[in-house]
Amino acid sequence: MNKPKMKAFTEPTTVRDYPMGATCPSDHITSINAGWRTYRPVIDQVKCVNCMRCFLVCPDGVIDKSGEQLEIDYDFCKGCGVCAYECKVKAIAMVKEADFHV
Amino acid sequence: MSRKFISGNDAVAEGVRLARPHVISAYPITPQTIVVERLSDFCEDGSLNAIYMHVESEHSALAAAMGVSSVGARAFTATSSQGLLYMAENLPYASGARMPIVMMNANRALATPWNIYGDQMDSMFMLNSGWIQVYVEDAQEALDMMIQSYKIAEDPKVLTPFMVNLDGFVLTHTYEVVEIPEQDKVDAYLPPLKLTENVMTLEKPMSLCITAGNNYNMEFKIKQNEEMIESIDVIKSVDASFAEAFGRKYHGLLETINCEDAEVVLITTGSITGTSRMILKELRAQGKKVGLLKLRYLRPFPTEALTEALKHIKVIGVVDKNISFGYEGTIFTNVNSAILQAGLTPKVHNFICGLGGRDVTKDNIREMYEAMLSTAEGNAGEIIQYMNVRCAL
Amino acid sequence: MVKLNGKNLTNDELFYGHKACGGCGESLAVRLAMKILGERTFASLPAGCMSAVSFIYPNMAFKTNAIITPFASTGAVAAGVAAGLKALGIENTHSVGFAGDGGTADIGLQALSGAIDRGDNIIYFCNDNEAYMNTGIQKSGLTPFGTKTTTSPAGKNLPGSVTMKKNMFEIVAAHDIAYAATASVGYLEDFMMKVQKAKEVKGTSYIHILAPCPTGWGTATEITIALAKEAVDCGLWYLAEYENGAFKLNKNPKEFSPIENYVKQQGRFKHLKEEDIKTLEAHRDYKWHKMRQNWQV
Repeated sequence: MNKPKMKAFTEPTTVRDYPMGATCPSDHITSINAGWRTYRPVIDQVKCVNCMRCFLVCPDGVIDKSGEQLEIDYDFCKGCGVCAYECKVKAIAMVKEADFHV
Repeated sequence: MSRKFISGNDAVAEGVRLARPHVISAYPITPQTIVVERLSDFCEDGSLNAIYMHVESEHSALAAAMGVSSVGARAFTATSSQGLLYMAENLPYASGARMPIVMMNANRALATPWNIYGDQMDSMFMLNSGWIQVYVEDAQEALDMMIQSYKIAEDPKVLTPFMVNLDGFVLTHTYEVVEIPEQDKVDAYLPPLKLTENVMTLEKPMSLCITAGNNYNMEFKIKQNEEMIESIDVIKSVDASFAEAFGRKYHGLLETINCEDAEVVLITTGSITGTSRMILKELRAQGKKVGLLKLRYLRPFPTEALTEALKHIKVIGVVDKNISFGYEGTIFTNVNSAILQAGLTPKVHNFICGLGGRDVTKDNIREMYEAMLSTAEGNAGEIIQYMNVRCAL
Repeated sequence: MVKLNGKNLTNDELFYGHKACGGCGESLAVRLAMKILGERTFASLPAGCMSAVSFIYPNMAFKTNAIITPFASTGAVAAGVAAGLKALGIENTHSVGFAGDGGTADIGLQALSGAIDRGDNIIYFCNDNEAYMNTGIQKSGLTPFGTKTTTSPAGKNLPGSVTMKKNMFEIVAAHDIAYAATASVGYLEDFMMKVQKAKEVKGTSYIHILAPCPTGWGTATEITIALAKEAVDCGLWYLAEYENGAFKLNKNPKEFSPIENYVKQQGRFKHLKEEDIKTLEAHRDYKWHKMRQNWQV
């Protein structure tokens, strides 16, 4: 999985240490979006034909095609369900998020 | 170095040419138009190697300048009155972003009624915008400030946009002999812009003009204010280094004339200072204990220098070519806060004049001094006075 | 030009970790455009959803350089960025604007017009979700007829918005722009082809992409793509290009799918009566008649 990673952020300790201007370095994610989900997509790797449509249509880009199998970055998946809906072979199931937290 | 008989606007254009902006994005408005016209001439004949953007409004003029500055290029724009107010939302935008944009403003009255002549209503609106504001007295100072403004604005400790104000028509369109420095001397004094922290580069991609919520916003703003106040030191040192390089000094954020032994002091901004110097000389020759204080910078406000200069003054008169409706002249309000904080207790006068280009005559200046001298003798006088009005109030 | 699809499109994400709603069509448009435009892109985004969700200190979702612009100023700031880069001799970059429908057709129109007029080297994207979504779903110049928004409510007297979408594509084309196109997140390969074309243009290019907003449209988050496809299939949106001074329809359906099927899935259209649907059909037919007559098909 080679999705962009979270950056460690320690906030400035004095007012003067705040950024010059209203700026911040790009590529600087400091919080995850996992908590948004009610459902999470789960890929059935056997059914999956690697057409890459889910990778293409994910509004958040959390599906990673760098490995042998498609992988979902659950830190940033919002559970919108577009991938499951668009999958032509119905290889993605939307499973209740609560089921993954026991 | 050459000497030319040129207008205030011409002088601005020459100063800008020498400062070598990368991009010019400005929209024409009386009485600034000569500036943008001259600059287009310089771009056409190659004496200025800048990209000239024909922007379709003032709002876009400053927005384009922000785009230019955001990647580390030197930007210039110019406007006046309605145009300044049209781009208003972009002023705090640029100052919060700490972009060293320089803008010439031809001080002009605001509609309504419509009026194209000079007063200070426009720039007073923008005192809170986070822009450094200087008011120049003559064409020479105008040219010189176009160079100094970049040097100050681009200083790593400052990084604040800079507004150079010229009185509409009375300074923009009047002619005087101006010394125009050589390009190579200016190049040595004002090196190419090198921004590092607040700029988008390929080496270090940045996100600019970001959002800061209620948990972080205040810290950004306090930093901006503190650093703007501290820019006073840079302004003073640039004034000194400019004097060394070019032989002309402007005495920092304010200039005092005969204030050391004065009982009354008139505080002026812009071209009225020139007229006031003449009356000062005349009254001094009569033995009157009068002084003159030319307030050059209104932001950052030179609290320390001002209160130091006014320490022993009995009566202060502030000339305002503007009104904050429902109250008083804006410079008056600013000065009063400073002297109160310093524990000074002079009597004060506010002379409101020159609105919509109403002439401020030598007689008007004499009347101002007379009013202050009368107050100094213990006579109660009107605090706020309108000068040179056609009819009874 | 290689035809882009899910297989050959880069895996690298240049727009990631933003706080847009799940199923946001606009964020997909930005995500894919950024992949195609690459790391040397300088993105300008006005006030709107995409800027609001990507630059919340200290969480920055763009990997490339990016700047929020004043609401009216996408065209002007992007143009300034392009000019500044040119003046500094920095080459092989893209100055791109990603604005919403309001930030393009209403408050942003002047700056866009100026940029096209000057031929500024920018690629301007209008991400059209058909209302001012970021401020809470208010009517914009690109809100279709019969849309319920918070400032054009549907009730006893009015069917929601009473005006048709402003014809932004033709307004832009009337400037004789170098390249303009309409697109939809329902036809992603077509959209990506257009981004690739815009990338090569010397001068100004404009891509207008229909991007459903589940929150504002009152639709299920998972049908965003399908809905954007159906908008084209029923003729309420169209895929076209303007280049070399000529209009071309990329897709000319022999038959339109029923508008009713399209609108009944959306909360913002739930109130539509038969007469309102007839109005939509009539306007669609009128527009398509003109396009088929005058444009290359």
